[in-house]
Amino acid sequence: MTAPITISLEVNGERVDTSVLPRLNLADFLREYLKLTGTHVGCEHGVCGACTVRVDGEIVRACLMLAVQADNASVETIEGLSDSGEIADLQAAFRDRNALQCGFCTPGMLMAAQDLLKQTSAPDREQIREHLSGNYCRCTGYQAIVDAVESTARARAGRTA
Amino acid sequence: MKASAFAYARATSVENALELLADQGDRAKVLSGGQSLMPAMNLRLISPELVVDIGGLAELRGIAVKEGILTIGALTRYVDLLKSTEIAAHAPLLADAVTHVAHPAIRNRGTIGGSLAHADPASELPACMVALAATIVVRGPGGERRIAAREFFTGIYETALSPQELLVAVDLPVAPRQSSHFFHEFARRHGDYAIVGLAAQAVINDGRFADLRLGFFAVGDRPLLAGAAGKLVNVAVTSSVLSEALSALADELDPQEDHQATPAMRRHLAKVLLARSVSELLSRPELHAGAFV
Repeated sequence: MTAPITISLEVNGERVDTSVLPRLNLADFLREYLKLTGTHVGCEHGVCGACTVRVDGEIVRACLMLAVQADNASVETIEGLSDSGEIADLQAAFRDRNALQCGFCTPGMLMAAQDLLKQTSAPDREQIREHLSGNYCRCTGYQAIVDAVESTARARAGRTA
Repeated sequence: MKASAFAYARATSVENALELLADQGDRAKVLSGGQSLMPAMNLRLISPELVVDIGGLAELRGIAVKEGILTIGALTRYVDLLKSTEIAAHAPLLADAVTHVAHPAIRNRGTIGGSLAHADPASELPACMVALAATIVVRGPGGERRIAAREFFTGIYETALSPQELLVAVDLPVAPRQSSHFFHEFARRHGDYAIVGLAAQAVINDGRFADLRLGFFAVGDRPLLAGAAGKLVNVAVTSSVLSEALSALADELDPQEDHQATPAMRRHLAKVLLARSVSELLSRPELHAGAFV
């Protein structure tokens, strides 16, 4: 049973059929097998949030999920969200507000921020901080990141009103 | 760090999972949400030879209410508890507690069964189970066992579960009409494990506690149902009654020392939580103000 296990999943809308060793986590699978290197690997024990991806529409820690557990799942990475244009405004706000800094935490921050904005149309700063509290920024760019999420929320509310 | 190599089996039913566990014993680990198991494996704190993935077992998922009992399947996730109307109506303490558990991405995967079987003494749900007088339902080769939450937790990461058994559900009595609850924890950062926490469930009649269950966590090797609550039930709570309860609490605690707090600090914080819970549950702010004069 230590042998590779066959999995079939959808990643950013494309079907992937392959086999992987049980110990391979989803973050490494995305990076090393599929070359989707936007998903970052930081702490590898679920603290830093740099590996945040969507599985079946919900954000998860890709370092705390085995690739074999993603069998039959739909996975969306930062590449998927970026290419589809879903978060173009959020990415622009990160640039405008100087929320990028070194960029290592950015993919996870964007995944978590978009998750909040999908659930809550007008989050206040405290709600934004709480929702992003599982994502570390080692440049400590938190003020600017919260600014970017807040201004995106406002812009989206204005657009849909 | 990465987990060391292991074999993986996807259980197809509870019976199948029990067969796999019977074969492997303590060389196997059960994987549900993986939010505690995977960090432990990635840090090489544990290296099971076999991981039995029960994530696909729909029979272990869901929340049901029947004849005054709320049954929560082991695979019910934190986010499900947070969003459930049954939990909000019949065990609101749990919904409150879950907001303190880690972060959204963790709450989307972590399960109630995983949390209870993992039995971290600083985690929220074990203390809630003790406060809510839960029954832990376990299946093994010999059939089903029902274990009171107070007997289930036996030490740091230790429970009454044998390696051949699977935690399948928890049963909670539906919260009575006049009941009220309090949940708070002190943590370095919201979402971190508690330095000291309290999950309290109370029944209040005419301004007095008819029942009060205080589940303290991170003050010992397992969740503690505080005997000090006895000092507060069926009496008019005054500042001196509360002081007696605080002393009784300090006497029964035996907190551990770690990098976060000394035993003295934990005792103090536990007393602060007791005073705060009593004053909030009875809606009497003056009690909290007077407790530490």
